[in-house]
Amino acid sequence: MPENSTSPLLEIRDLRIEATVYPPGEAPHDITIVDGVSLTLQKGKVLGLIGESGAGKSTIGLASMAYGRGGVRITGGKVVLNGRDVLKAGRQGLRSLRGKEVRYVAQSAAAAFNPAHRLMDQVVEAAVVHGVASRAEAEKRAKSLFRKLSLPDPDNIGKRYPHQVSGGQLQRVMTAMALCSEPDLIVFDEPTTALDVTTQIDVLAAIKDAIRDTGVAALYITHDLAVVAQVSDEIMVLRHGKLVEWGHTRQIIKEPRQEYTNQLVSVHEIEHQEKPPRETPLLSVRNVTAAYGGGPIDVLKDISVDLYAGQTLAVVGESGSGKSTLARAITGLLPPKEGSIEFAGRTLPSRLAERTRDDLRELQMIYQMADVAMNPRQTVGTIIGRPLEFYFGIRGRERDARVEELLDKIEMGHGFKDRYPAELSGGQKQRVCIARALAAKPSLIICDEVTSALDPLVANGILRLLLELQAEEDVAYLFITHDLATVKSIADSIAVMYQGSVVRYGSKSKVLAPPFDDYTDLLLSSVPEMEIGWLEKAISSRRMESAGN
Amino acid sequence: MFRRIPPSALLGLVLTSLFLITAIFAPLLAPYGKTEIVGAVWEPLSSQHWLGTDNLGRDLLSRMIYGARTTIFIATMATVLSFSLGSILGFTAAVVGGWVDQLLSRFVDLLMSIPTLIFALVVLSVLPSTVLTLVLVMGVLDATRVYRLSRAVAVDINVMDYVEAARLRGEGQIWVIFREILPNALSPLVAELGLRFIFMVLFVSALSFLGLGIQPPEADWGGMVKENKDGIVFGIPAALIPAAAIAALAISVNLVADWVLNRTTSLKGGRGA
Amino acid sequence: MGMVARLVAQRLALGLLLLFAVSILIFAGTQILPGDVAQSILGQSATPEALANLRKELGLNEPALSRYFSWLGGLLTGDLGTSLSSGADISSAIASRLANTLFLASVAAVVSVPLAILLGLIAVRYRDRWPDKMISAVTLASISLPEFFIGYVLIFFVAVKLAWFPSIATVYDGMGFGQRLMTVALPAATLTLVVLAHMMRMTRAAILNVMQSAYVETAELKGLTAFDVIRKHAFPNAIAPIVNVVMLNLAFLVVGVVVVEVIFVYPGMGQYLVDHVSKRDVPVVQACGLIFAAFYIGLNLVADIVAILTNPRLRHPK
Repeated sequence: MPENSTSPLLEIRDLRIEATVYPPGEAPHDITIVDGVSLTLQKGKVLGLIGESGAGKSTIGLASMAYGRGGVRITGGKVVLNGRDVLKAGRQGLRSLRGKEVRYVAQSAAAAFNPAHRLMDQVVEAAVVHGVASRAEAEKRAKSLFRKLSLPDPDNIGKRYPHQVSGGQLQRVMTAMALCSEPDLIVFDEPTTALDVTTQIDVLAAIKDAIRDTGVAALYITHDLAVVAQVSDEIMVLRHGKLVEWGHTRQIIKEPRQEYTNQLVSVHEIEHQEKPPRETPLLSVRNVTAAYGGGPIDVLKDISVDLYAGQTLAVVGESGSGKSTLARAITGLLPPKEGSIEFAGRTLPSRLAERTRDDLRELQMIYQMADVAMNPRQTVGTIIGRPLEFYFGIRGRERDARVEELLDKIEMGHGFKDRYPAELSGGQKQRVCIARALAAKPSLIICDEVTSALDPLVANGILRLLLELQAEEDVAYLFITHDLATVKSIADSIAVMYQGSVVRYGSKSKVLAPPFDDYTDLLLSSVPEMEIGWLEKAISSRRMESAGN
Repeated sequence: MFRRIPPSALLGLVLTSLFLITAIFAPLLAPYGKTEIVGAVWEPLSSQHWLGTDNLGRDLLSRMIYGARTTIFIATMATVLSFSLGSILGFTAAVVGGWVDQLLSRFVDLLMSIPTLIFALVVLSVLPSTVLTLVLVMGVLDATRVYRLSRAVAVDINVMDYVEAARLRGEGQIWVIFREILPNALSPLVAELGLRFIFMVLFVSALSFLGLGIQPPEADWGGMVKENKDGIVFGIPAALIPAAAIAALAISVNLVADWVLNRTTSLKGGRGA
Repeated sequence: MGMVARLVAQRLALGLLLLFAVSILIFAGTQILPGDVAQSILGQSATPEALANLRKELGLNEPALSRYFSWLGGLLTGDLGTSLSSGADISSAIASRLANTLFLASVAAVVSVPLAILLGLIAVRYRDRWPDKMISAVTLASISLPEFFIGYVLIFFVAVKLAWFPSIATVYDGMGFGQRLMTVALPAATLTLVVLAHMMRMTRAAILNVMQSAYVETAELKGLTAFDVIRKHAFPNAIAPIVNVVMLNLAFLVVGVVVVEVIFVYPGMGQYLVDHVSKRDVPVVQACGLIFAAFYIGLNLVADIVAILTNPRLRHPK
């Protein structure tokens, strides 16, 4: 644990936070969200709070402002900010502290800004109300902060309304709003999680510069260790509301002492040997162009890719790149305007309704949100068993036996047969969806962002399972994702998509090796690496390149 | 499932059942005939006439019991009609989509832009006053609300990935509607059923009160308020009794519906639903 | 600003179109339904001559389309036709009754709207505590009460037993404003009680929805006073939903007027309509039906337009 100096800015001791839950059909009861967590933060330092969902990291962040979201109660411990016990501050005391000494930057700036007021009014509000600055001074400071955070047109952007600026810009305006009243502490709550990776790097760099230049201290909350390694001096790892490990950033990512921390650090290290292309492709997408509702805007532009049996083609791109639309075109949900889909040597009818039952069986799909991909009123047994009935006419005891076999394959017990989706964890739900796809004995499974909604360790388990199943069943995957780290661990070939076109396509080793096209270069260089100083290197090499051009 | 019924819902269930039993066994329970004149006009409560007599000297309790039968029967029939019509069309519009949906939805918008009671009055000014007319008019007009609800619910479910998964598997419309959509739409619709029934009770009572619903000498609660309302100014509360019965029935059903609604919204799908 | 103006104009045009469609529907409802209108007016025992006369008088021998257009033409020039039962001019009969109805409805609205919003605010302020629970229990009960139950209970206790107000709301020309107010006190109270519960419940939901938003949390974390959080951050976003609730309930009130007027024998549009439905006086019923529908459509239109005007996304397009 890092040494304490004389007077810390923030000291939290034995913090205990509870909430009452109302599960259906059960008596309401209290659960512990944060259990005896202590921390200290010196002036001008950044402490990263990291953990999976349910670790209590956001709750701790908000507790530093004595705020409990959604009926959460602080039931024990002490929170001392600038020598004052925040939990005993009272209504008046809290008001003088919130917005002045400590500020909060939310994950979704789009929701956190009031849609009815101009940005500038909201940015300067706290500074003016707390008497930190006059309106004119505050506006001047806000404009210089907009400039520091590299917002476009810093003198006029404040006149806009929240819906008139992009998500990445809004996140930076929110940071400016926090800095405007010159607080001692800012709580950043996953400020870049909702952003695309190429936007994230800029926002991250802007936040880091601003922290350094203003000397503000920060609690930086995120689930992404590589991100937090870029901005924090120290990192605290949390799990189920308890402290796992706390140390200097270098120590946590280079020499983790706890097994759980080690797992988080090494989460992306799946070794996957690229397979060479076979003679003939299983799936060929030929010059496909598609638009929604017969509209004039092509969301897919002349796409051609091949996928070989038993291999994985990763389709990578940011939001709006058309990668999920490609899946819809292949499955027949969105018949293309031009081009064709060839499968196992034949051309598939472009419309879903015209495909034979065997066409449909061969091509299965797994979705991002496993919660809504399963009918909540059907048991796991029904969900996995239905394709067996539907495609093969297997019923009764034979069906039950096959369902059990499939449960074995996804490493889940036979007892899950009678459970409903609501009773499963996120990872278990996704496993059941995999089993449902496998039940059809397909030769191709389309995986649409299947790990994006999961915590890193759980996602890792799903990826390993998918690789094992590929080896056993010789099934091919069309793997759609925005996450390049995932691509490295699973793909044999890669297609990079940007604004509806494939900008780079080939075997994994070829696509990930220089020389790069501009977009792939940007994309690759934007993925945070678990290495101190990566952010500075990435930003400076980007500046050099643009200077060279 | 019925482990813990809150007291309010229990009260609602008991009262609702009592009303239903009264309606079903009316001829056995009523001490006097429906139209039998048994005493003077507006006699006060007595051991012979527990609720006194009405404006024509008929036993009020007996007429209340027969009235329960008429009011509940008509409200039930109209609810059944409005529900079947509204939900079938609503589901069809949501699942089929396209011009069928457009046509039905615009027509429903049009019907709903006229207040239900006003439109009922307009139509009843030319139609004969029969029970069938009443049930048809109330059922068809109210079906618009059921249509909107069931269409909205079905549209929400229709865009779920599990419905898409079923379509990609190659399932037909019948499977999609009955196995994927309907089980998930049931809870909100069941809760709505209670509210629609209350509305029908209030609706038929209002029409009868205005003299445009059930015609005398048939007994129904709204009509009985009308028959006895002239007594009010003389301090004779006979009209308040059927009015209070309507209120009591509506409140009891509301208590049950409220409980069903709370129970189903807190249930995130799954067990024993 | 151009976009907002266009949307408002569009919405107004849509309202007119809807009114036109409603006029067709009301006309069709009384003309093309099964059964002979003349027969149902005169009853089964009518002589063939009487039927033929009435048919001629109603213009039933002309095609429906031309009858509709002559009716519509009359409407647009303010001529609502003549009553079958009394032979009186409908326009002049309606004028005074419409004024009476509007007076009653306005008194009810003036009382119920602020009261409902106040109670809604109290329920939100003390959410899940006893004031909120009590208010929601009372509203659950009062939503189930028929208008005539509330009306006759008020008459029985307040007018007959206590004799505070008249039980029958008679109004006549030259009556003073105070006297008029006294007369409509009970009917207005009944109407208020009828809409209050609904309006309060919906107001509560609308405000809660805004209060639970992330931007209100942001305001709280800025250290603003509770009053400022509501005034600067919650209120501007709550206007549209609250106006929507109010308009919806005023539309509801317009319908409630029909039954309440009959209870209190108040000489307004509602009673006029009901009287003529039993007399099967089709021209009067059509005219009244259309006027009620017009108010209903108009109030919904106002709600939509307020929603357009207060939406920052529309006022300040990208």
